[in-house]
Amino acid sequence: MNKYIERIYNGIVKENPTFILMLGMCPTLATTTSATNAIGMGLSTTAVLMFSNMLISGLRNIIPNRVRLPGEIVVIASLVTIVQLLMQAYTPAIYESLGIYIPLIVVNCIILGRAEAYALFNTPVISFCDGLGMGIGFTFSLTVLGAVRELIGAGSIFGFQIIPSDYTIGIFVLAPGAFIVLAFLSAIQNKLKLPSATNGGQEVPEFVTSGDVMGAFNQKEAPASEIKKEA
Amino acid sequence: MKKMLNLSSNPHIRDSVTTAEIMRDVVIAMIPTALYGIIQWGVNAALVVLLTVACAVLSEYAYEKFMKMQITIGDWSAAVTGLILALNCPPDIPVWIPCVGSVFAIIVIKMLYGGLGKNWMNPALGARCFLLISFAGKMTSFTPIGADAMSGATPLAYMKNGGDMANVNLMNLFLGRIPGTIGEVSKLCLLIGALYLIVKKVISPKIPCIYIGTVALFTLLFGGHGFDLYYLASEILGGGLIFGAFFMATDYVTSPITPNGQVVYAVILGIMTGLFRLFGGSAEGVSYAIILTNILVPVINLKTIPRAFGREGDK
Repeated sequence: MNKYIERIYNGIVKENPTFILMLGMCPTLATTTSATNAIGMGLSTTAVLMFSNMLISGLRNIIPNRVRLPGEIVVIASLVTIVQLLMQAYTPAIYESLGIYIPLIVVNCIILGRAEAYALFNTPVISFCDGLGMGIGFTFSLTVLGAVRELIGAGSIFGFQIIPSDYTIGIFVLAPGAFIVLAFLSAIQNKLKLPSATNGGQEVPEFVTSGDVMGAFNQKEAPASEIKKEA
Repeated sequence: MKKMLNLSSNPHIRDSVTTAEIMRDVVIAMIPTALYGIIQWGVNAALVVLLTVACAVLSEYAYEKFMKMQITIGDWSAAVTGLILALNCPPDIPVWIPCVGSVFAIIVIKMLYGGLGKNWMNPALGARCFLLISFAGKMTSFTPIGADAMSGATPLAYMKNGGDMANVNLMNLFLGRIPGTIGEVSKLCLLIGALYLIVKKVISPKIPCIYIGTVALFTLLFGGHGFDLYYLASEILGGGLIFGAFFMATDYVTSPITPNGQVVYAVILGIMTGLFRLFGGSAEGVSYAIILTNILVPVINLKTIPRAFGREGDK
């Protein structure tokens, strides 16, 4: 039982997809205009992530290795379609405000990343827990980002007005604000020497396909140093 | 003898002029237009100017203190940033807005990139666009002067919306009897300041002249008014073109260093300004044109490296 909880903890804290692995930056920047949107995006991704991990793990011995990417995408896309239709039916407001980003969950690199890196090598139940942990970690990060942006940009959190609208800085709910807030949160994280893909504190797994340049450099250098150690 | 055999890394040509002196000259050059704005609009304009400059200097000091860096507020560059930003704000704006802008200019645009000389974007203009996006209404509501046919709208906005050209008085445009930001309206004061900078050799007239010339040509070609010198002059004197061309496009840090690069830079600036003004959504486009062209400066520098003496052809 303990290893299942360990997977969940790992996803939320040790390998938080947004702040530590720096994965899934596009939805992170685009959908965090408010805390509510961020939670909506986080939870829908979590749902897809859990079941895609479980299904791909279950099918890992059936899918031939050469067509595993198309296979995984088919599974993920079906799940995203289900989530999309459910959201359209039950949470139309969030569905409207997230718009194109719900179908785009299909190409979210966290989902494919976990499928490739974890679900293909582990059993369905633990893969499910891994997806759950990653999903909660993603939701948590998005909510933090969304809350900060909503607070400064619109003066509210979860829609409750805290700062009068005359004193809000509108740019923070727009695209530039996303970059600024994310950069500041990452900077604080670096300052506190928390592990992250950008400050060398976290070993960059080989599969990482993020846009993070430093990560790519680390990746290149990693094997050389390992060889040295062995020698 | 000892001095003659001085071994050092570049730059080898040395001059006694310091950053502080240059920046102080820029501040002096902006004093006429700032005074004009303050006299014209009174207490709030004065407060905006003073507090914005104070905020800029203080935030640079605070950041450097906090990061345990060398304190560089003595080089006047933070004061210049604050002053340019203040002069770019409407006179009746709530004072805290430009103050937020000046903290953003210094901390985010300048210091986070490593301080003076390392920022890729003009801090004052970056902050102005930050404010323009955040407080669109407050940043573009201008106080009219007297009973004017164009009261409330800047001449540029008036012309863009197809206003009657007969109501546009070139003399008012030149002397600054028009609505606008604190520092951009009086072309006379701006040109006096620009002349001071040119005489003191702080700026070269190259970038401003080519910039304004390109805007003129662009307006002539695509303005839709044919060869109408009156309209052309109104486009050049209206808005912040003169202010931007002489005081912001010439910023040392964010303009190219190669001679040809400066020409390319100025032409791109002119085309961008023309595009934004004539085909864009808002009447004025100088700020956006300058900060967008700032992004291209490293590329322009790279592509226009002059041929070294004694070398043939490329590379």
